[in-house]
Amino acid sequence: MSNYTDELVDFDVALEKYDPVLGFEVHVELNTKTKMFSDAPNAFGDDPNTNVTPVDLGLPGVLPVVNKTAVEYSILIGLALNCQIAERCGFARKNYFYPDTPKNFQTSQYDDPIAFDGWLDVELEDGEIFRVEIERAHMEEDAGKLTHMGGASGRIQGADYSLVDYNRAGVPLVEIVTKTIEGAGKRAPELAKAYVAAVREIVKNLGVSDAKMERGNVRCDANVSLMLKGADKFGTRTETKNVNSLRAVEHAVHFEIERHAAVLDSGAKIVQETRHWHEDTRSTTSGRPKSDADDYRYFPEPDLVPIVTTAEWVEELRSRLPEPPADRRKRLKADWGYADKEFRDVVNAGVLDEIEATIAAGTSAAVARKWWMGEIARLAKAADKEIADLGVTPETIVELNSLIAEKKINDKIARLVLEYVVDGEGKPTEIVAKRSLAVVNDDDALGKAVDDAMAAMPDVVEKIKGGKMQAIGALMGPVMKATRGQADAGRVREIVIEKLGL
Amino acid sequence: MVNNLVSDLIRLSATELAAKLRAGDVTSVVAVQAHLDRIAEVDGALNAFLHVNAEEALAVAAEVDAIRAAGGAEAEALHPLAGVPIAIKDLIVTKGQPTTAASKMLEGWMSPYDATVIEKIRAAKLPMLGKTNLDEFAMGSSTEHSAYGVTRNPWNLDRIPGGSGGGSAAAVASFEAPLALGTDTGGSIRQPGAVTGTVGVKPTYGGVSRYGAIAMASSLDQIGPVSRTVLDSAHLQELIGGHDPKDSTSLPKTLEGLVAAAESGATGDLKGLRIGVITELQGEGYQAGVQARFEESLELLKGAGAEIVEVSCPNLKYALGAYYLIMPSEVSSNLAKFDGVRYGNRVLPEDGALTIERVMGATRAAGFGDEVKRRIILGTYALSAGYYDAYYGSAQKVRTLIQRDFDAAFAQADVLVSPTAPTVAFELGANDNDPLAMYLNDVATIPANLAGIPGITVPGGLSEDLPVGIQFLAPAFEDARVYRAGAALEALLEKSWGHTLISQAPAIDSASIAPKA
Repeated sequence: MSNYTDELVDFDVALEKYDPVLGFEVHVELNTKTKMFSDAPNAFGDDPNTNVTPVDLGLPGVLPVVNKTAVEYSILIGLALNCQIAERCGFARKNYFYPDTPKNFQTSQYDDPIAFDGWLDVELEDGEIFRVEIERAHMEEDAGKLTHMGGASGRIQGADYSLVDYNRAGVPLVEIVTKTIEGAGKRAPELAKAYVAAVREIVKNLGVSDAKMERGNVRCDANVSLMLKGADKFGTRTETKNVNSLRAVEHAVHFEIERHAAVLDSGAKIVQETRHWHEDTRSTTSGRPKSDADDYRYFPEPDLVPIVTTAEWVEELRSRLPEPPADRRKRLKADWGYADKEFRDVVNAGVLDEIEATIAAGTSAAVARKWWMGEIARLAKAADKEIADLGVTPETIVELNSLIAEKKINDKIARLVLEYVVDGEGKPTEIVAKRSLAVVNDDDALGKAVDDAMAAMPDVVEKIKGGKMQAIGALMGPVMKATRGQADAGRVREIVIEKLGL
Repeated sequence: MVNNLVSDLIRLSATELAAKLRAGDVTSVVAVQAHLDRIAEVDGALNAFLHVNAEEALAVAAEVDAIRAAGGAEAEALHPLAGVPIAIKDLIVTKGQPTTAASKMLEGWMSPYDATVIEKIRAAKLPMLGKTNLDEFAMGSSTEHSAYGVTRNPWNLDRIPGGSGGGSAAAVASFEAPLALGTDTGGSIRQPGAVTGTVGVKPTYGGVSRYGAIAMASSLDQIGPVSRTVLDSAHLQELIGGHDPKDSTSLPKTLEGLVAAAESGATGDLKGLRIGVITELQGEGYQAGVQARFEESLELLKGAGAEIVEVSCPNLKYALGAYYLIMPSEVSSNLAKFDGVRYGNRVLPEDGALTIERVMGATRAAGFGDEVKRRIILGTYALSAGYYDAYYGSAQKVRTLIQRDFDAAFAQADVLVSPTAPTVAFELGANDNDPLAMYLNDVATIPANLAGIPGITVPGGLSEDLPVGIQFLAPAFEDARVYRAGAALEALLEKSWGHTLISQAPAIDSASIAPKA
């Protein structure tokens, strides 16, 4: 805690003096049916300690067996990240005592990752491409989940006791490690977010991970250091662990840059350590000091034989690669006919899939964009959520659109219905029925409202009769009031014209 | 009369007993009961068994008897060894019986699953008599390092029965069981076999599934048979061997022809077989009596038509050193799981905070014996950053050199031969303060584990009234060769003596030993 400081240096000021250097370790949980080394189900959300076999509990006498699908998924990730695939690689044991690790060692790849030396082109918000070099992507197993009971912080310090759930122990992970990333400058936080988004997009597109950050399917450790402009030696880095949303990645890098600058400006040194990210305060606090004294006593896993990847196997997997997201974007932009800025906004908002699905379900490209980038984006901003997390589906939009087309609701009510969808009230049709929101186009009811309005405003009627058709607008107010806003304006206009015999 | 029959029954080989069972001359229940009675009679003195599984063994025996009595397809389909009782080294996990690895750490622990070899034994319906004693977690060469008391050598109750599998060897040598399972990491089947006058085989690495054998050193461990005759071991290895999808290191192909090789060897005809005498595994460091029995065996083999050649494996002088780096390194990692969190004993620190580190520490301090701790500390050190290359790394290089030495030797010879152990059974407590002296007892057996090749020990006679073992080694996958050579020497020796060696074992004087503490 020696360098703990509440002081921050303003981001722009910090970047005038320092260059940020970044590095990311992204853990991707694979969505294989079974675990990395056992045939226990790889499933989220089940009762604690139900998805376990003797192997997952590290019982005496058990042995691991490598999940071939997990290896294939790992190779697919490597190929999608433009990596070389090792012809021969293996696992090692990373030895450390911790109760979430049933064997007290983690079986992980160490000095021979299955994929190495790749790159990923990351598109920033303004369309600029930033190439991130990939050091390696290696396979390992996840640990169990500890829940610390009692104590204020939910952390192990101060807890009365801890519970452990081994359902997650042994879930296959691929850890993607970048080389050091220089030159991002002020765009470092933005690049951080865009990089993790791009990785998430790739693994989702490959179908090898559910890629839900809120479930921990994709977890990012962000390394940040600062070096004086013009310096040729990297500064000391900190590693902010388990930053689990895109916005948090951006904020964490932003925060660490401001904090590092304050520490360095004060003449103190950055301590190499892990940092904990706090979403509530959007800040980090000191975690465990990381030093060379950490000795995991790695050695080759003697219970497993090496994995040999033949050229035929790798090429067969390469042929299975889906269209890369960047190529897909190029194609969709052309298909949909959006302008550059329109399309970039759609990409940045992360609703490409949603719009594609909405169009596939029968909506026009323009209407799909109008909804996702308009009202839905506004609701997301108001709720401080990612658009994708609002609970609005392409089906919601299709349903709203057909309700409008059938003149059951108007645009204004459609927006209201959408809000109720976000609030979790159900599907649009259900909400319209439940809340009696259907547009009044019942001619009897409308006719009466129109008669009342015309009777109340004889001067307006005279103007209409005299050919001033825009005067019909003046009748709308009372008609809408009488129908509580649910009148179909077009139909009202037609009724007025009919009644006046025009 | 009945007593005579029963005492004869326990002296039969497994193959002979199996034939009598198949012929209907005797029932499995009677055979199992005879062995249980023998255990009751002598195990108070020997302490070969940590757990006797009488009820289940008799139930399995009764099941076999019922199937045989009913006849038909089900009786036809019975395994040839069905109904023949077997003892299990307590390092191999079994449902329904405790598995302790002779450690306090696992006192009272019941495995929820069976080892693959146990599944095969259950499927073949061999009644399991119980679990046999060993050095804690198989670490030792004397069975003195068991948390549950020493096992004594049936030939001389003041002597060690070898280790780590002293319990299985003593049980078979004392007619408590005709068959047993052992595990061999550096000689734990063969050295006890040698010092108790029994037969034991370490198969080719991967020949038998390790799934369910509590790991000591994963790259060296191998389950194998313990018996009184070479043919019995061949039958048992054929039963327990074969590929297991649960063990990634198990061989894709089953090693075949073991029984046939043993039968062919028993004719005593070794014409055309080239037998290599390893220069480095004889002479200096080997007791004169051991060396004498070894040389007599060579003469008999030569007389049977074998060609004896001298081969040199110069790197074997580094084998013990390499073994005592690789084995403890793997031990330090394999035994990390014993922390009191999930199973086994949990020991709380006597004072101070109940943090997880302190509970794990107290559990391991109380649960492990000195020899286990010694090896964990050695291995942790050998794998440490800055020492890894010098220790673990160098040891792996030596391992490769030893494999090359064997490759070269097997270019000149079909099998290699040596004494199994440099000495006869030493006295209990003789090496209490000198672990290195105990380690030296495995000097001739360790190379096979480092190279992954098969090895057998057969009784080679007596020295100081104690058994001497002769070891044959063969190239990987050529387990049949050690059975052929072993069976030949067994037959030649028995012919020259006019009896089996084990028949010369003295009666066990239970009264001479105070009941175990």
